[in-house]
Amino acid sequence: MSAGTDLGIVVRDGRFAPAADEAFVAIESAEEAAGIGNRAIEVANAIAAEALGPHLASIPAIAIRFPAFNDGRGFSLARQLRRLGYKGTLRARGHVLADQYPMALRCGFDEVEITEAQAARQPENQWVDAYQRIRHNYQDRLKYGAA
Amino acid sequence: MYTYNEFDEAFVRSRVAQFRGQVEKRLDGSLTEDEFRPLRLMNGLYLQLHAYMLRVAIPYGTLDSRKMRQLAHIAETWDRGYGHFTTRQNIQYNWPKLKDVPDMLDALADVGMHAIQTSGNCIRNVTSDHFAAAAADEIEDPRPTAELMRQWSTDHPEFQFLPRKFKIAITGAPNDRAVVKSHDIGIRMVRGDNGEVGYEISVGGGLGRSPFVGKVIREFLPKADLLPYLESIMQVYNLSGRRDNKYKARIKILVHETGLDEIRAEVEELFPQIREEFTHPSDELLAAIEPHFAPPAFVEKPLGDYEAALAADPLLRSFVETNVVAHKHPSYAIVTISLKPVGGTPGDATAEQMRVMADIAERYSHDELRISHEQNVILPHVAKADLPAVHAALRDAGLGTANVGLISDIIACPGMDYCALATARSIPIAQEISTRFNELKLEHEIGQMKIKISGCINACGHHHVGHIGILGLDRAGVENYQITLGGDGAETMTLGERAGPGFSAEELVPALERLIDAYLKVRRDRQESFLEAYRRLGVAPFKAALYPDQAKDAA
Amino acid sequence: MARPFVPKIITANDLLEGDVIYLTAEGRWSRTYEDAVVATTQEEADDLLRKAEAQPDRIVGAYFVDTAVDEDGTPKPDHFREVFRATGPSNYFLGKQADA
Ligand code: SF4
Repeated sequence: MSAGTDLGIVVRDGRFAPAADEAFVAIESAEEAAGIGNRAIEVANAIAAEALGPHLASIPAIAIRFPAFNDGRGFSLARQLRRLGYKGTLRARGHVLADQYPMALRCGFDEVEITEAQAARQPENQWVDAYQRIRHNYQDRLKYGAA
Repeated sequence: MYTYNEFDEAFVRSRVAQFRGQVEKRLDGSLTEDEFRPLRLMNGLYLQLHAYMLRVAIPYGTLDSRKMRQLAHIAETWDRGYGHFTTRQNIQYNWPKLKDVPDMLDALADVGMHAIQTSGNCIRNVTSDHFAAAAADEIEDPRPTAELMRQWSTDHPEFQFLPRKFKIAITGAPNDRAVVKSHDIGIRMVRGDNGEVGYEISVGGGLGRSPFVGKVIREFLPKADLLPYLESIMQVYNLSGRRDNKYKARIKILVHETGLDEIRAEVEELFPQIREEFTHPSDELLAAIEPHFAPPAFVEKPLGDYEAALAADPLLRSFVETNVVAHKHPSYAIVTISLKPVGGTPGDATAEQMRVMADIAERYSHDELRISHEQNVILPHVAKADLPAVHAALRDAGLGTANVGLISDIIACPGMDYCALATARSIPIAQEISTRFNELKLEHEIGQMKIKISGCINACGHHHVGHIGILGLDRAGVENYQITLGGDGAETMTLGERAGPGFSAEELVPALERLIDAYLKVRRDRQESFLEAYRRLGVAPFKAALYPDQAKDAA
Repeated sequence: MARPFVPKIITANDLLEGDVIYLTAEGRWSRTYEDAVVATTQEEADDLLRKAEAQPDRIVGAYFVDTAVDEDGTPKPDHFREVFRATGPSNYFLGKQADA
């Protein structure tokens, strides 16, 4: 369980796993990222991606907060971080629906972390189903000519 | 016309299956209503005043007889035998049951249609010129670009949860029939310095509570750069658009508050980075789509009988004068079928009428139909020689109303007869206006006139750009109608000005009669339209006619 | 000075059918406006709304709305919006007016 939240279920490859005791250090501004060193960070979806740019190489994991499922800023932020060359783990943390899981993955997230309450309402099979839908999409065809 | 390939087919089928699952999840409680709502909205399903409403996209307004017949079939099987064509080239069914909606969506998929992204805070159905590929003034058919944007925006993973809805329109002609500058992104196809065709991109247009005319953010965008450029605008908007107040969440407010130059700078900075992600330039993608929109094989037919019929039949003559315009092929014409019969509901068609229109299109219009934002149906490619037969068939089905562009060709949103957001009714107002001016037999005398009615500030009825705009409001529990004057939705887009205090439902039509009377008195001659007279004279003579008591007081 | 409380009823749409429905005194749902239970205090109205919202598997979009009340206590729609909801659209004979 991560400190200070009631999250707790991580979805990876469509499967549930309890969140390990990962220490994500909450960062409120990009400047704070400078002194973080080799640690995982958690950021709000309003943080400027470019400001994190210089520190990205040393940060192993970034959790982007999803305060509400209908706040889609995290999707764009994830894409920007990937475009800046971020290679570490990206986690969407907060209110993300099973139906949004393929979107999150396609924007560059590796995993999603939800509350146990939500996991109870949207059990693993819904995430497995959603996981299957990641491949069939227009954007890959238009971007890379992939089928 | 674009026909679905295996990918499109599989995609919409999987979306239907997904929605079927979402309905089940809603019913078994694994989705709350708060969570289900945006998902059903993404599939075009609203909850309206009396029932659910399913909004089906007619991408860029183009369809064929098979699709139109299926729309009729759906209306009869799961709804009440009619449909309502909207100002966004959609069709709305007003009475579906939740449990039937997945079946309706499957029936749509059978003919390559869907209801995806006709609602919700995502990129909506891309609209376009209803005369595309037929109009004599066109630079290029805008529909391949519109189809490319449909594919790109459909299920785009990054842009499904924007601050607010997002509308894109494109025209390929200098005469703008798609009101592009009232859209979040408005695109005009233009020629560059070397004669090559590209796009002029505007952002931040919109009607609603705070209306704005779109501003040009890029004067010339090469075709190759289209998708990465659009994606750059979307990314700036998704990250910076306001989410604290839904009335300030559209991109028009972001552009207004931040300033066009700064938004442009942000977009241009992102653009080269995003372009790198696209291995295929957009012009290549377009080239693959263009063959779907190859022009039909036009045939020359002798015009002798047509000219004789025109000379002999005054009804045909009147129909041709109002409802028929020039086609780029000299022996063809574009026919507009008016869905505005006297006293009728603007934009409604019965299942039977849809079938008649499908039959006529199949036989006489190279199997093509269009839906216009003015809530009419277009037969884009009719040989002039066939006009008498087409007119006769339309008349038989109650579709021969000769009033396109006249005072009874009214745009009206559903208003409080259906819409949950409405503050007043629109439909009965439209019915009354068309009935009254038909009685007065003044319609042709008045000439070009666009009345547009919205049942609330959201402005789905485009009242800001009506020559006469009418906005229905709730004033202390009573319907009240505000009039705006001098609006224009064409390439010379202008927002109308509020004339003064509103009118009750009973006072409204008499006020309009006074207004029209004043116009007939002050116009230079029959050639000077209401809008032209308004532009020449300003608001004063019209205000005086609307508010005679105030005029007297002032005197 | 506090304004006098305007009596309220609870209305919603049926989850499956979409129809306009009204909460009754028995905590069930009726398609007829006149069957609605009338709240005469804000506490009552809040309480009824909570009861309504506890049935998410049956209804959607519950809200309370001011109502007129006959001498015999029967609620009658007051605002024109509720009149239309209780009747149907004015352009076609559909909705509740046709089901009656
Ligand atoms: S303008 Fe208002 S009343 Fe009319 S359809 Fe739009 S939201 Fe509804």
